[in-house]
Amino acid sequence: MPFSAQPPASGEPYVLTASLDNARHLSSLLRAVHFQDHATCFATANGLRVTVEDAKCIQANAFIQAEIFQEFAVQEESVTFRINLSVLLDCLTIFGTSSLPGTSTALRMCYRGYGYPLMLFLEEGGVVTVCKINTQEPDQLLDFDFCSTKVVNKIILQSEGLREAFAELDMTSEVLQITMSPDKPYFRLSTFGNAGSAHLDYPRDSDLMETFHCNQTQTNRYKISLLKPSTKALALSCKVSIRTDAQGFLSLQYMIRNEDGQICFVEYYCCPDEDITEAEM
Amino acid sequence: LSRIGDELYLEPTERGLSLRTVNSSRSAFASFLFAPLFFQRYEAGGPPPDRELFRCKVLMKSFLGVFRSLPSLEKTVGKCLILLKPQASRLVVQLHCKYGVTKTHNLAFQECERLQAVFDTQRCASSLCAPARVLAEAVVHFPLTLAEVTLRTGPGGKIGLQNYVEDEAEPSKTMVTELWLAKDEFETVAVAPGSHITFCLKEFRGLLTFAEASNLPLTIHYDAPGRPAVFTLDDAVLEVHLVLATLSDPESSLQPPAANGVSHLPTPSEDFPDDLESYMIAMETSAYEEGSGVPPSPTFPLHTPHPAESNPEEEEEEEEEEGAVPGTPPHKKFRSLFFGSVLTPGGPSPAPTQEVLAEDSEDES
Repeated sequence: MPFSAQPPASGEPYVLTASLDNARHLSSLLRAVHFQDHATCFATANGLRVTVEDAKCIQANAFIQAEIFQEFAVQEESVTFRINLSVLLDCLTIFGTSSLPGTSTALRMCYRGYGYPLMLFLEEGGVVTVCKINTQEPDQLLDFDFCSTKVVNKIILQSEGLREAFAELDMTSEVLQITMSPDKPYFRLSTFGNAGSAHLDYPRDSDLMETFHCNQTQTNRYKISLLKPSTKALALSCKVSIRTDAQGFLSLQYMIRNEDGQICFVEYYCCPDEDITEAEM
Repeated sequence: LSRIGDELYLEPTERGLSLRTVNSSRSAFASFLFAPLFFQRYEAGGPPPDRELFRCKVLMKSFLGVFRSLPSLEKTVGKCLILLKPQASRLVVQLHCKYGVTKTHNLAFQECERLQAVFDTQRCASSLCAPARVLAEAVVHFPLTLAEVTLRTGPGGKIGLQNYVEDEAEPSKTMVTELWLAKDEFETVAVAPGSHITFCLKEFRGLLTFAEASNLPLTIHYDAPGRPAVFTLDDAVLEVHLVLATLSDPESSLQPPAANGVSHLPTPSEDFPDDLESYMIAMETSAYEEGSGVPPSPTFPLHTPHPAESNPEEEEEEEEEEGAVPGTPPHKKFRSLFFGSVLTPGGPSPAPTQEVLAEDSEDES
């Protein structure tokens, strides 16, 4: 770490101090949830969680556990603030986004608490940049209350199988329909666009399928514009778990392995589209 | 095909599946006929006893959307199933991919009349056959934006290509590129001496790319300027035809093409100047007799008495334009010689002559 811990000039201690040798471990995860300008950061001794929401229907969370950081110290039980995620990402990638092997941007993040800006010290190749980003009142976040006991259907797939499908989703369709069933078609993604309908079927015995626990046939529709950003998380991940509960709420959890082989998680929660009429299968 | 038209016509026939398109100004038509052998399984026609053949057209964009990413298709798709379901009004394209994944696309289609261009390669005075590579290497010298190209015969049996320069262009400001190919670069050469033809390069490029990729020799049949030029690719399981309108000669003392016997509905081309004859590919009604999928022996509009005498048509290989081709430029006096439109004698203002290299006298008979 290029910086030695500096005592804050004003004498007030930092409530959050974090150091990371490779800022990409943080920036790539944040990009995977970057579909709105603002995010809420929530730090505890366990690590950092960054949440982005939209339309009161979708929520994405990026988890970077304390072990990923070279230094991670939280002085209070929890620290929460709202910040402009676009600006944060621009700062984290201020030395450029191309990842040349062997070069990485080192990061030190400091936050004095409520009302103070988030300080970022970034260094690469001897060049140091200091950024100060204003923080805001944290928003009330949605609580999807998605716990494992309420899960009706659950599938774990290797991301490789879904990546292309999500990248090529027919965006002229307003919805993405997800069918999960113990019977055929097992797991189906459907779109209904201008050219016609398209269905993508994954059989339960596919090599891609790591876990298949479907107890009930469920068909739910979600606004495709809300789910499309999850493609970024899918692209980074090696595995994805897809779960639905009795109300049709969707949980997508992506397991992401960073450059050093460490595991992080990103999850997306989405409400079903209420204008649903019976799906055309 | 998408380089020419916006709609894809699918016509299953006994002889195979025919995919066709036409451009908006009806000056270019292309068809790909896949013989039953090309497929693992091919069933044309509904359930017996009718075995009624059904044709439809779909938006090119929709159809292409199914096959969006070629590299990944090659890697992941094992089988492709295409079903036409008239009752459900859907064309179903189902891709069977790796890992047991199935992608099903249900595309909406429209019923349509048969799309057919009228042309007869037998009646073309000249023909050339060359490996696609030779032609590809030749056209690479022309800029991508070049609209028309002129192909001509020259001394010593050489075949020349030159970019077409409009009359109106200032000679001092235009760059003329000319290249000559020796006779022995071609597999066969049977050309009327001094013949030439000018056609749209952009539309041709697409076919050329396909020919190169599939390593097939390309045959060019042409006749007098103004008569359609036909480009064909032949293979055991595939027949490809591209019919392009050609620029008619200003000096040609051509008689107006008489209407050929084709029953068709000529429609005025929106892109053509008023004084231009309307050459349109008429949508053939099913009344027209036609073999399965193969363009019928074209009936050329009787525009010159003897194809053999029609002089140099410069055939320039036009390259396909990306995306929808706007058709032949309005200011050119192109004749889309599909379905023999009837033209007024002496027709439209003569097409501009080639300057400089117009070594071939246009003596139309």
